[in-house]
Amino acid sequence: MISTENLTIAYADKVIINDLNLTLQKGKITALIGPNGCGKSTLLKAFARINKANAGQVLLNNQPLSSYADKQLAQKMSLLPQILITPEGITVQRLVEYGRSPYISHWGKLGDQDKSIVNAAMQETQVSEFATQAVESLSGGQRQRAWIAMLLAQDTDIVMLDEPTTYLDLSHQIELMKLMQAMKDKGKTVIVVLHDLNQACRYCDHLIVMKEGKIITEGTPSTVFTEQLLSDVFSLKAKVVADPVANTPMCVAY
Amino acid sequence: MKTINLPLLYFVILSSLVLLFSMTSLFVGASNISMADIIHTLFEQGEYDFIINQYRLPRIFLALGVGAGLGLSGALIQGVIRNPLASPDLMGISAGAGLAATALLVFYAAAPVYLLLLTALSGGLIAAAIILFIAYKTRPTPMRLALIGIAISTFLSSGIDFLMIVNPIEINTAMVWLTGSLWGRNWTQVPLIWGTLAVIIPFAFWLAWRLDVMGLGEDCATSLGIRPSKLQLMALLTAVILASISVAVAGTIAFIGLLAPHLARMLFGHHHKYLIPSSALLGGLMLIIADTLARGLQPPLELPAGVLTSLIGAPYFIFLLQRYKAW
Repeated sequence: MISTENLTIAYADKVIINDLNLTLQKGKITALIGPNGCGKSTLLKAFARINKANAGQVLLNNQPLSSYADKQLAQKMSLLPQILITPEGITVQRLVEYGRSPYISHWGKLGDQDKSIVNAAMQETQVSEFATQAVESLSGGQRQRAWIAMLLAQDTDIVMLDEPTTYLDLSHQIELMKLMQAMKDKGKTVIVVLHDLNQACRYCDHLIVMKEGKIITEGTPSTVFTEQLLSDVFSLKAKVVADPVANTPMCVAY
Repeated sequence: MKTINLPLLYFVILSSLVLLFSMTSLFVGASNISMADIIHTLFEQGEYDFIINQYRLPRIFLALGVGAGLGLSGALIQGVIRNPLASPDLMGISAGAGLAATALLVFYAAAPVYLLLLTALSGGLIAAAIILFIAYKTRPTPMRLALIGIAISTFLSSGIDFLMIVNPIEINTAMVWLTGSLWGRNWTQVPLIWGTLAVIIPFAFWLAWRLDVMGLGEDCATSLGIRPSKLQLMALLTAVILASISVAVAGTIAFIGLLAPHLARMLFGHHHKYLIPSSALLGGLMLIIADTLARGLQPPLELPAGVLTSLIGAPYFIFLLQRYKAW
């Protein structure tokens, strides 16, 4: 599982992540929440070895990230970045096939097993019918599902998503949350950066609340999500009430 | 309905065109030689042995090899820095290789081929290092990177001009070579460019899938197990080697490195599996046509092939700049 030891990340003298110690929980959905610029996306990218540590380190199964070969690491964890670049003319099938990159041979040829994993991933996210269509021709929700299919095809124990709901309408946001829960049901560990606090409370098992590069608190939504926290971290006046559907905490700002 | 395998069809057409123009090239030149004589000379000995076997035949192989090298170099550069306005000549790599090689020829006119090769390669690498350093520092937009590249290219070319003005007696060799000509080449250069291609083309295919994945952006590529910095370095190094050796063999031939990959993308789409071989084929085709025209337009006068490629390439570049918005 992922943990950090005194992790510090800075860009040009501005400290983004400040001496952070953390251990993530296996088999759960963990949400990183906090105001803009609190360092949650930076932290997620550090888990994925996209951002380098200035001091301290990230560990995966108690081994430093640097001890893993590129493909080896990509077989253990995957990340869906916030900004997705869709290459011109790429089909859904092809995009999902890219998910097999960490497994395939030198020449980019997919084996039978790869192909069946790709098909299963497309079925699970209901994009099979668009397989031969260009990703850019799809609607926002369908496009996001195609990317999730790529993530599923990568078939890693740890799945990370950086604000996956940003460009989606509400029904597609809920759909995506359910896909995340399905991943968890298959035993995967999901780590997600979310902006919608109520969705984080309803669909995630564990919240990590960040501000200015530090962890303010962490725990289950019902223990950490309080009016005091919203005021301290988000400078937000809000009432916390029970979500009428899931009975999880829910905030109403005023 | 049976679907036609379009890429395969295009490859067959392209290869046929290459073959056709290579044949045509045998017949074109200052001396008028009949078809019967040419065929006779190719398979047996004949009175035109020198012109055909030592002069026109190696030129065909050189034009194909150099054109393929430039086309492939352009495809790799455009693929890895995600910039449709990039090519070995527009980024100053060709000019860097040219400047180093000119300096060598000016001071040591009888330089052996391998030395010319190494010198051109160092020049190309230094030019590439300069532009990469600037790009790394300033993070330019594609358009600005093209401008920076042209500025560096012009600067290096002025160095070439300076060398030639200061050393007017030695310029003859350098001059003909610099304008990008296949004149006065023979079999000695053929193994250089073809040997390079034989090593690099398989490697380029190895890069193909990785370059495709890079199209998803650096973060995505990293998370899929591809280290962008490593891939960029490998692909750029390969491109610089190809461009520099092409320059060492045939001088600075402009715009093939830009045009061939663009045309390839239009015909074959964005997969590098197709882009790599088709850019090489198209590059070879362009140069063989340019060289044949250069020789055949007004014999015995011969134009450098590089002048012809610029004549077509420059307007296309302006067209690209106009229509360019995002990639």
